[in-house]
Order: sequence, then C-alpha cells, then structure tokens
Amino acid sequence: MTAPSPVHGSGAAGATLAAPKVPPWRNPRVRAIAYQIVALFVVLLVAGLLVRNTLQNLEERRIRTGFAFVGQEAGFEVAESLIEFSAADSYGRAFVVGILNTLKVAVVGIVLATIVGFLVGIGRLSRNWIVSRLSTIYVEAIRNVPLLLQLFLWYSILTGILPDTQSVKDSPLLPGVYLSKSGLQMAIPIAHPIQPWVMLAAALGAVAAWFWGRRADRVQAATGNRPPVLLPALGFVVLPAVAVWLIGGAPYGWDVPRWRIFNFGGGVQLSPEYLALLVGLTVYTASFIAEIVRAGILAVAKGQSEAAGALGLTRGQALRLVIVPQSLRVAIPPLSSQYLNLTKNSSLAVAIGYPDLVSVANTTLNQTGQAIECVAIMMAVYLTISLSIAAFMNWYNTRMMLKER
Amino acid sequence: MATAEAIRGADEAPPRGETGILGWVRKNLFADWRDAILTLAVVAALVYLVPPLVKWALLDAVWGKQPSTVCRGAHGACWSFIWEKWRLILFGRFPYEEQWRPFVAMLALMAGAGCAAVPQLWNKRLPWLVGSGIVVFFVLMRGGVLGLTTVDTGLWGGLPLTVMLAVFGIGIAYPLSVLLALGRRSHMPIIAALCSVYIELIRGVPLISLLFMASFMLPLFLPTGFSIDAVLRAQVAIILFTAAYLAEVVRGGLQAIPRGQGEAASALGLSTGQSLRFIVLPQALRLVIPPMVNTFIGLFKDTSLVVIVSLSDLLLSTRQAIADPAWRAFFIEGYIFVAIIYFGFCYAMSRWSQKLERDLDTGHKR
Repeated sequence: MTAPSPVHGSGAAGATLAAPKVPPWRNPRVRAIAYQIVALFVVLLVAGLLVRNTLQNLEERRIRTGFAFVGQEAGFEVAESLIEFSAADSYGRAFVVGILNTLKVAVVGIVLATIVGFLVGIGRLSRNWIVSRLSTIYVEAIRNVPLLLQLFLWYSILTGILPDTQSVKDSPLLPGVYLSKSGLQMAIPIAHPIQPWVMLAAALGAVAAWFWGRRADRVQAATGNRPPVLLPALGFVVLPAVAVWLIGGAPYGWDVPRWRIFNFGGGVQLSPEYLALLVGLTVYTASFIAEIVRAGILAVAKGQSEAAGALGLTRGQALRLVIVPQSLRVAIPPLSSQYLNLTKNSSLAVAIGYPDLVSVANTTLNQTGQAIECVAIMMAVYLTISLSIAAFMNWYNTRMMLKER
Repeated sequence: MATAEAIRGADEAPPRGETGILGWVRKNLFADWRDAILTLAVVAALVYLVPPLVKWALLDAVWGKQPSTVCRGAHGACWSFIWEKWRLILFGRFPYEEQWRPFVAMLALMAGAGCAAVPQLWNKRLPWLVGSGIVVFFVLMRGGVLGLTTVDTGLWGGLPLTVMLAVFGIGIAYPLSVLLALGRRSHMPIIAALCSVYIELIRGVPLISLLFMASFMLPLFLPTGFSIDAVLRAQVAIILFTAAYLAEVVRGGLQAIPRGQGEAASALGLSTGQSLRFIVLPQALRLVIPPMVNTFIGLFKDTSLVVIVSLSDLLLSTRQAIADPAWRAFFIEGYIFVAIIYFGFCYAMSRWSQKLERDLDTGHKR
C-alpha cells in the first residue's frame, strides 16, 4: 500500500528495496476486502432470513402478496378530496387522494411557516424589547412541546370550543367568512371562463417582469444606475391581467357560503381536521424557522452592515442587498431540512383524522391486511417527496452559494 | 484649557432621559416612531388578551379536589381535573396500589441517564452507574422478583414509559450512530454504501411509517411462533430512527476533525481503533454536543408518536383521562398539564447542553 520503508530495506545493503513481506491478514487492502465481503454476506443473510420468514408467515396467515389490490374497489369513503372519489373507486385512486391531501397541507404549510418564521426570527433580533421578548417566549414554548400534543390541542379547540355551525350562520367572522365547529367557510370568486386567461396573462406578465429585471441588472452593470424595477414589474404582471379581465366583460361575483337547512353550501370549506393540521404544522415549524433565520442574520459579520451604511445604502437597502443574500447562504441548508420535516410531520394527520397518505394507507392496511405493500407505498411516496424537495433545495443552494475561485 | 474643559465635560452626568427607567424605555421601546407604533400595538394586544387569560387560568379557576359538577358551573379553568386524574396521566394503567414502583423506577432511570450527562462522571464507573439505574428500572417495572408482583408491559404507561422510550432510544442509538457515521465515511465502498443507504432511507420517511412497520411488519419478519412485545417493537423503531439522525450529527463532528489528527496518531504507531478511540472520537463527539442534544430533545418529543400504535405513553394516558365523560369538557387543562411536563424535560435538556458547551469549551472557538 505505502512505499517500502528505507529503514527496513537498509539491512541488505545494496539490495533492491523490496517491500517487506506482509502477511495477508495484516495487509490493509486485503483486510478491507475481507471486511466488506463479510459485511455484505451478513446483510444478505439477514435479508434472506427475513424474506424467508415473511413468506412463511404470510402463507400461514393466508395473506395475499403483490400489488393487485391497488386496482380493486376500495369500499371506504374519504372525508375530503381534491379529486372526485367515492367508495366504488379503487385503492389506487384512494392513495392518489391521500397523496394530494398530504401535498395540499404540506405546500400551504411550508409557505405559511416560512412567513411566520421570518417575522418571528426578525422579531427576536428586534431592538424593541417587548417584541423580542414575545418572540423568544413563542419560540421556546412551541419548540419544547411535542407537535402531536399541539395538534390534539388545536383540533380539540376547533371542534370542542368553537360554536355550532348553526349559531354562526348570522355572524360571519369577516364578510363571507364563517368559522365554526365544522371548519372555515369562505367565499370564493364565481368561476368564469375568462379566469384561466387572466391567470395566463399574469403569468406572461411575470415572465416579462423577470426579463425586465435581467435588463436592469445589465444596465446597472454597464452604467452604474439601476433603472426602476419594482413598479414596472408590478405593472407587467397586473396590467395585462386587468386588461384581459376587462375584455372578458369584467365578470364579478362571489360564491358566498349560504345557510341551507343543516349546513353551509357554496364557497369553499376547510375542514377542522385540515385547519388543525395546517395551524399546528405552521406554528410548530415556524418556531424552528425563526431560529434558523436568527442564526443566519447573526452569522453575517457586523462589518457588512457598517460597510453598507458607509457606502450610503439605506437600512432597507442594506438589509435587502447585503445582509439577506449572505444570511440566506447560511440558512438554506437547515431551512430545507425544516421543509422536509414539515412534510414528514404532516403524517401526524392520521392522529386527528385528516385523510392524508398515511391515513389512507392505514385504512387500506386494515382492510386488506397487506401491511408490507401499504407501508412500502407509504415509504416510497415520502422518499420521493423528500428527495424532490432535497434536490430542489440543493439546486437553489448551489445558485445562492458564494462563487469562489 | 480646552483639554481641562473636555475632561470636566466628561465628568458631567449623562443627559436626563438617557439613563434610568426612562432611558431604558426610550431606547428599548420607543427608539423611533415605527418602534413606538409597534410597542403600542403589542401592548394593546396584550392588554386585550392577558387579563381574560389570567382570569381563566387563575382567578376563576377551580382548584383542589372537587367533583366535575363544580367545574361545570365555574367560568375558569378546572384544575380539579388534574387533581382527579394525575395518577392516570402520569402512570397510565399500572396497578393503582403499585404505582410507587414506576415512580421510583423512573427516578432511577433518570438518575442513571443523568450520570451520563455529567462530565465529572465520564470515567470507568459510568457504565456501572447507568447499568444499575437500568436494572432497578426493570426490576421495579416488571416485578416478579423480590416479592414484587409481575406487571405485564401492556400495563406500563404514562411518564415512565415516555422516559424509558427516550432513554433507551438515546442510549442504544448512540453507539449505533457512531458505527454508522464511521461506516459512511469509510474508504470501503460497500460498507460506505450500506451505511449511506440506511441513513438516507430512514431520514427520508416519517417516524410514523417506521412505527407502522414495527407494529405490523416486524411480527411477519420473525420466525413463526416467535412473538415480540408491543413496547419493544416501538422501542426498536425509535432506536433505528434516532440512530440515522444521530449518525449525521456524528459525521458532522468527524468531518470537523482535521486529517492531521488521525495521521499524527498513526505516525505515533496507534492502530486505527486506538486512533479513533483516543484521538478522533473524543474530539469529534465533544464538538457535536449541542446538535446531539437537539436530537435528544427531538427524540423525547417524538416518543409521543407511539400514541398512533396505541402505546399508552404520557400523551395517550392523558387522552385516556380526557375520555372520561364526566371530565371531557376540560381537555385544555389536561393538555396544558402534560405540555408543561414535556416542556420541563426539553427545556432542562437544552439548558444543560448550553452549560456543557461552556464548560467543555477548550478555547479553540473564535
């Protein structure tokens, strides 16, 4: 492995420096190969034993194997779904419903937790004593209590303390918004064929705004003066959208929740299960994000903001152009692991009856008895989601990383 | 003369409004108009929220041993619920007359585990201290010897179960995680790959799916006629889960140790094992105490997930207490009570880690 040592060779003067004879059990390379063969053998042996036991057990308990059940009729209802679903649909479709529900809570939760987390994190660093104190209390109190306990508490409050649906029918929280035992009822704009086109116009406007920003960068690099960006960009997004809306006859109207004999109809409804899970995940994860944001900002050397001030940047400019880009660099890796945690923690939905992936898998497992397949599907989906978020955050991280030599 | 003037100037008292309470308020609450608005808004919100809360939790609350009917008539919190149910919440369904046993057992286990957190005790006696705590714990919990009646693990519950899951989760996952971290950094490709796959697989899925796997699939993995206890199953899942997370923490520590340390060790003639034991690991593990304690805190909170596979830990025993129809309305009190217990444990751990970090700081930090 290493070059023969001259000390050993010096015994035979004039002789070629032959490697000292190393017995094979002392040769690191031989040993490494032996270790690996043994490790691989042990792992395969254990895996083989497990498979053998499992097959034997399955046969004994007359449990079917394979994924054929995915195509069979599920026979259970799912309380809420983004796509059409009834008990007559297949298990496979039930799994899709579960995955969509998981994504629905995870995506909204990530956005909300980031906003709350940033506010609290900045709040902890505020020179305003009362704000920083309150932020600290929030972080310490929330971080040290299990999420599941918080979810139970939120869910109990939503279903146990809020008034009956019937008693709030004349007392909306905000115009068109009702909060009661059966969740949150909200008015939404009435669907109209022009809406997708308005969205498209706004999206095209956003692309134009992005090009405008790039142009501003070039102009600034060439002349030193940065043309205005924020207002034109806003104009690019809003004006075409409004124009399309006007051309479409400016349809206006709200689908307002209305009381019908027993319950609300119209508008959208967010179930108490979804709300409890969303609020719980947001509040919990925000406390961790707050700490990450704080650490990120503290990691930027004080000289940076002083230098920014010396260059004549205002406090806002310094924050936006100097401090935040640098603190993002520190904050992105832990931030991405918090996003992953939030997604994985959304699996606690099963405890309060929100029909997420785990809850659907659990029902399927109990009905079919095919534990291995159900757990495997569950794990595969979470792994896919985790790896996708990780890949995206890695890509973003590389983009934001310090460009070194 | 100008200098004398300047010196006298320095002697003068600072301007009023810069010192004392007034100065403090001005600087910390009303530094500029934006701060002033913020302060006023927050104070207004507190004035709106805090008095009703205090009224509910303290002034209007029902204290002491009272029947639930008294609580129904009151406007405040019903702490009588805790008076009535604290034994169920803390010890679960463990036989009522024998509940001193889980209490003492838990203290013994916590004392044993606590010894491992005191640097002065990091010597040859430590395994004996921890080991005796564990032995006392199992003797008292399980019984069957010394004239104690046998108590089935199905009846174990409440705080002792939570502490047990956490302590063994940490204790067994810790050595495993060191092996996994060393394996992942190994130069042997097969071993590195095996460890990486394990770590990433476990970290990519939620703990619930592992608990499901342990409770539904583990019985299938075992040879026929061989059954495994439900508590042990959950414990295994928690250990496997924690080991993967801890392994990444340990790997961070290993990466922070310069190569020169290991090379110097082998230049001195230390074997790989000796170099790890005496040179690399002591430095690496010391370096990662804060993130490691964070993992421990996370684990302590995550033990509550065994609720989902129906193990009556602290959280599920609380839910069992709340399920009593007479007291069902007072769930908030119950949840607050256990939240304070969880908070106490987690906060104590994080404070202790901060103290350890200061005590063990070898002055290498900038």
